[in-house]
Amino acid sequence: MWSFLTDNPNLWYVMGGCAILGVASGALGCFAVLRRQSLLGDALAHAALPGICLAFLLTGSKSPGVMLVGALASSLLGALFILGIVRGTRLKEDSAIGIVLSVFFGGGIVLLTAIQHRPTAAQAGLDKFLFGYAASLVPRDLEVLGMLTLAVLAVLALFYKEFKLLAFDREFGAAMGFPMRTLEVLLTALVVVAVVIGLQTVGVVLMAAMLITPAVAARQWTHSLGLMVTLAALIGAGCGVTGAVLSGAGRNIPTGPVIVLAVTLVMLFSIAMAPRRGLVWSWVRLWRHRKKVRLENLLADFYRLGEPQQDWKRARTLPALAIVRGQPPARVARTVAQLERSGLLASENGQWRLTDTGLEQARRILRNHRLWEMFLSRRLELAADHIHRDAEEMEHALSPAIVAELERLLGQPAMDPHHKPIPVVNPKSEASNPQSS
Amino acid sequence: MTPTPQTATPPTSTAAAQRPSTPAVEVHDFTVAYHTKPVLWDVDFALPEGKLVAIIGPNGAGKSTMLKAILGLVPVSAGWVEIFGKPAREQRSIIGYVPQRESVDWDFPTNALDVVLMGLYGRVGWIRRPGRHEREKAMAALAHVGMADYARRQISQLSGGQQQRVFLARALAQEARLYFMDEPFAGVDATTERAIAGLLRELRERGRTVIAVHHDLQTVPQYFDWVVMLNLRLVAAGPVEKVFTADNLHATYGGRLQVLTQAAESLLKKGGPTG
Repeated sequence: MWSFLTDNPNLWYVMGGCAILGVASGALGCFAVLRRQSLLGDALAHAALPGICLAFLLTGSKSPGVMLVGALASSLLGALFILGIVRGTRLKEDSAIGIVLSVFFGGGIVLLTAIQHRPTAAQAGLDKFLFGYAASLVPRDLEVLGMLTLAVLAVLALFYKEFKLLAFDREFGAAMGFPMRTLEVLLTALVVVAVVIGLQTVGVVLMAAMLITPAVAARQWTHSLGLMVTLAALIGAGCGVTGAVLSGAGRNIPTGPVIVLAVTLVMLFSIAMAPRRGLVWSWVRLWRHRKKVRLENLLADFYRLGEPQQDWKRARTLPALAIVRGQPPARVARTVAQLERSGLLASENGQWRLTDTGLEQARRILRNHRLWEMFLSRRLELAADHIHRDAEEMEHALSPAIVAELERLLGQPAMDPHHKPIPVVNPKSEASNPQSS
Repeated sequence: MTPTPQTATPPTSTAAAQRPSTPAVEVHDFTVAYHTKPVLWDVDFALPEGKLVAIIGPNGAGKSTMLKAILGLVPVSAGWVEIFGKPAREQRSIIGYVPQRESVDWDFPTNALDVVLMGLYGRVGWIRRPGRHEREKAMAALAHVGMADYARRQISQLSGGQQQRVFLARALAQEARLYFMDEPFAGVDATTERAIAGLLRELRERGRTVIAVHHDLQTVPQYFDWVVMLNLRLVAAGPVEKVFTADNLHATYGGRLQVLTQAAESLLKKGGPTG
């Protein structure tokens, strides 16, 4: 099934072109995304279209060099317009980007239509810049695009420190005397070059995705700018090659959109699965917290049930617990089983009682709850009927450090605002909880 | 050195000229406008070296703008500023800056040490990367604000107070003679507030000058020696014990500048200040 790779030598050029495009736009896209200028690339890509048309009209040539120069010139002009509008008027950047995008793209479409209605035969093929036409890449294109990419990466490496400063804290850089406006123009020019590198392959309409998506995906996996830039470049290149191969294997599958879809899949996977920042990770965290709350609530119930007789370790039946908790017995049974496995409850003739560690835990939870109620009523002066629900949440979340601070603020109170005694805990058990045992 | 005491009224330029030593910051007839909205109007003051100076005033009084205009970060419509007798742009290497904490994206992919290293970029110069020597300096600055254990921590995982201390460490790494701080005490925990107050005292002992935008009137006499009271115009500038008075506070925070404000706005709408 891989014979198409050898049957079609042209495919190797396409793969090379797509990889080059992915590297350039992935690396530069990181700075666009971090500077909250994701849409800048979109405007710059669209702004290239009139330049391409004008270059053809003026020279009658469709050679890659001519097209690139036209695209670069008009895209740069668009970039300068955006910077100028933001600086010279009261319009915000999003408006400036919108204006440049629509005006330049509209002009480009008018020129394109005019060119296509000309009687000569030479006009065909300019519309490939709209959605890209990777199959048209030839070795000469690859040389030009490769050189441009190397140039872009070289400048990026040279001024990496300054660009990082620009992206993180522009004012601080300016206060140190770095010419931040010049750096901004330089960085924008690099984005323009990256956009132009991808035009023939991906086209003006989808080019923004190649800047934004690899950067967003890479951001999920690392907390280092250097790694993020490297990773985004690799994702861009990998997806470029994947898209080229996929469209080469099938008939009439356009390369650009396939690349964009591939990189979007990588981004979705990253947003869902990346450790710490990923959605799945936060769901797991939420699920764990809910489980902890469920276990701790039942332990606290045992303590409260024992309070009237001061008999903390009396065995309780499932139906009794179910009534206190207001949950079906089957559900309470599951929680009880989990607590038993953790050694916090012990079974006794079909009933359950707190173990020593279970009692310490229950005391800690009740102490957290009642300390927090004291804090709300004494320090924040909330009425006694307003504080229980809040304390129900906080009892599971208070860290030992916060508890110590509460004790310091409140001076080790013995009673809570409802005149219930605040349990005293053995300090050694404070750090543990049902989850970790 | 002993600076000449300032009066409650805006100091005249002759008062500044008579002082024996060059002021750390001298602002002369300063006017700043954003588009047609006046932000600062005809401000004059001179601040002596080695003092902790608070810039106070109500919201929208132009406190942050004052700092940024002195630093050359926002364009000035009229007037001039001198840092130790020279234009600010010639004095970059002796100026340290702590911007408002909210002015940056704390989800930026970098760690605390890296942020502090940025304070040394000016010394490192163009294109060169910070090396081991700079890393050691940055670590020392972090240790100075009690943040050495957090050097490799991603900055979004730091508390607000810790982030503020990272910014202070970055300014310390600049080893400046004159520090500008934009609301260093805003939204920090008690530990950080004590740490910053201690740091300010220490900087003064080492003869440094600190000019900080400050929002908490109660702590002005406790933390600062001098105060600049702004409300579009300069209300007063001088030692705290002289100018931090009920009258001046009323003039700064009360509504008495309303007429002036309106006059300034109407003039600016007709084309802005000239000169």
